[in-house]
Amino acid sequence: MKKIISIILAALIAASCIACLCGCGKNYDGEVNVYNWGEYVSNGEDGLLDVIDEFEKRTNIKVNYTTYETNEELYNMLKNSNVSYDVIIPSEYMISKLIKEDMLLELNYDNIPNYKYLMERFKKLSCDPESKYTVCYSWGITAMVYDKTKISQKPDSWEILWDKNLKGQILMFNNSRDAMAIALQLCGINPGNCTKEDVDTAAKKLREQKPLLKNYVMDKVFNEMEKSQAAIAPYYAGDVITMMNNNEDLDCAMIADGANLFYDAMCIPKCSKNKENAEKFINFMQDPEIAAANFEYLYYATPNQETYDKYLDDDVKNNELIFPSDEYLDKCYVFSNVSDDVYSYMQEQFVKIQAE
Amino acid sequence: MKSRKPSIPYIIWMVVFTMIPIIMIGFTAFTDKQGNFSLNAFTKAFFYTNVFVKSLWIALISTAICLLLAYPLAFLITRMKHSSQNTVIMLLMIPMWMNFLLRIYAWVTLLQKNGPIDMALSMLGIHGSYIGNSAAVVLGMVYEYLPFMVLPIYTVMSKIDNGLIEAAQDLGSNNFAVFKKVIAPLSLPGIISGITMVFVPSASTFLVAQYLGGTDDIMIGDVIDKIFWTDQNTGAAISLILMVLIFVFLVIMNLFGDEEAIA
Repeated sequence: MKKIISIILAALIAASCIACLCGCGKNYDGEVNVYNWGEYVSNGEDGLLDVIDEFEKRTNIKVNYTTYETNEELYNMLKNSNVSYDVIIPSEYMISKLIKEDMLLELNYDNIPNYKYLMERFKKLSCDPESKYTVCYSWGITAMVYDKTKISQKPDSWEILWDKNLKGQILMFNNSRDAMAIALQLCGINPGNCTKEDVDTAAKKLREQKPLLKNYVMDKVFNEMEKSQAAIAPYYAGDVITMMNNNEDLDCAMIADGANLFYDAMCIPKCSKNKENAEKFINFMQDPEIAAANFEYLYYATPNQETYDKYLDDDVKNNELIFPSDEYLDKCYVFSNVSDDVYSYMQEQFVKIQAE
Repeated sequence: MKSRKPSIPYIIWMVVFTMIPIIMIGFTAFTDKQGNFSLNAFTKAFFYTNVFVKSLWIALISTAICLLLAYPLAFLITRMKHSSQNTVIMLLMIPMWMNFLLRIYAWVTLLQKNGPIDMALSMLGIHGSYIGNSAAVVLGMVYEYLPFMVLPIYTVMSKIDNGLIEAAQDLGSNNFAVFKKVIAPLSLPGIISGITMVFVPSASTFLVAQYLGGTDDIMIGDVIDKIFWTDQNTGAAISLILMVLIFVFLVIMNLFGDEEAIA
């Protein structure tokens, strides 16, 4: 009996080795190493296009796709390990840091013809004012999601997150930058350009809020709001829409004075070994059809004007939360000039608030 | 020399994956961002003393509850028929085949507002909130680590020779005396390794408190996780202090039992 089992096992192992060899044996004309956020490109679910697969089919370039969870994880990988990536998609504040530390390659925009489809606002990004290193991938604003059965009047200010009547039902960002930004804004300080003293002021404001909170959350917010466990939470617009689709008691609330405008952009790090393929990949991602598939999957706004004009439904285009008006975007602030020092001070203060 | 050869791969493993990382943590803890010697990280780490105390306290309570539950259970299992013993041990193990995070999610669903427990108790007229406090965190820990307490105690107890118990009874001991003079001392190594296996991971765990606790329930593991984002030095210093605290705990445990029981 034992013999039979071991023969079967040996056969299985041999079979899997052969299968692997066959798989690896496929001929590609080069490769591209993409390092991206988790769940950040359309992957073939829900009848949408499998974007990575499509790229391999069209160009015959192999995509080695790996993911990260935070900008800091990406930074530490680039800084401290010998791995080579060709395309990365960091957020605005991380891009400024990478540019400052000379860790990005300049792009050759001649190889990225689809760049012309980008909306004007997202061609010259504040973190890359001369447009040398970046092609914007997606963007959005922060807003609030609230439960209509618990809050009758639509709020329009972060002030409601400090409302004593909602004690124990408020959720807050578990992420120093976004939490501090809200507090800074309430204290009348521009979060995009703040100092350590400003952070102290904001930290004081957050300390006042802590006893009123149900918890500090990130991804947990979906469960909390969709299962009606809390009354209100600040979060990213695209995800607010997702939550609203899953629970009809939920509604969104935008901040009248403007909120955080965040965006992620595709860049090529200095460690890249396949720059041309990387540019092909970036160009492919800005193909209007591909950008549309990614938008459908993500629900984070696309910077691609052609996609917006030709591929999107009117109710999506007119959704003020996904595509806010230009007047609204002008009121928003962008996190790109906060120095490293101030950012690590923010993080430290935020951990301290939680630890007390 | 000959007898050492087979151990070479293990030694390499230990050096690469245990010694070098510890040295790196030590190095990071005693330097600043520029790589110069500095004790700044430790000064910062001591700000989190209250979190250290809270984590160790929660770990201690969880360990004690695990011991209280596991000891009688292990004893009862050893009294069963051999085939039923295997079944019960199997049942204890099955939850461990599932992902740790999924099991914590399950508790979130059970304990949350309008969840099954809340519904049932509301029907009996009891209203309360069962999640977002330290008790929920302890519950999660006990659930998570109970098998690690049961198994070593059971293994040691099942090895106790029945003849010793019968001999004690022949010599006139009542059940209590049998337990006190025979079973308890012989099962001590199991208890000690059980305590070690529950206390050490529960003191350094993270995520459990984030899912089941409230704003005040932050464990030292969560602090390390967060602080590492921007400040590796302080994170390393906190880890190092935690390692020392756990080491001290193991040494104290060592005083109670055989050396070999220390994991």
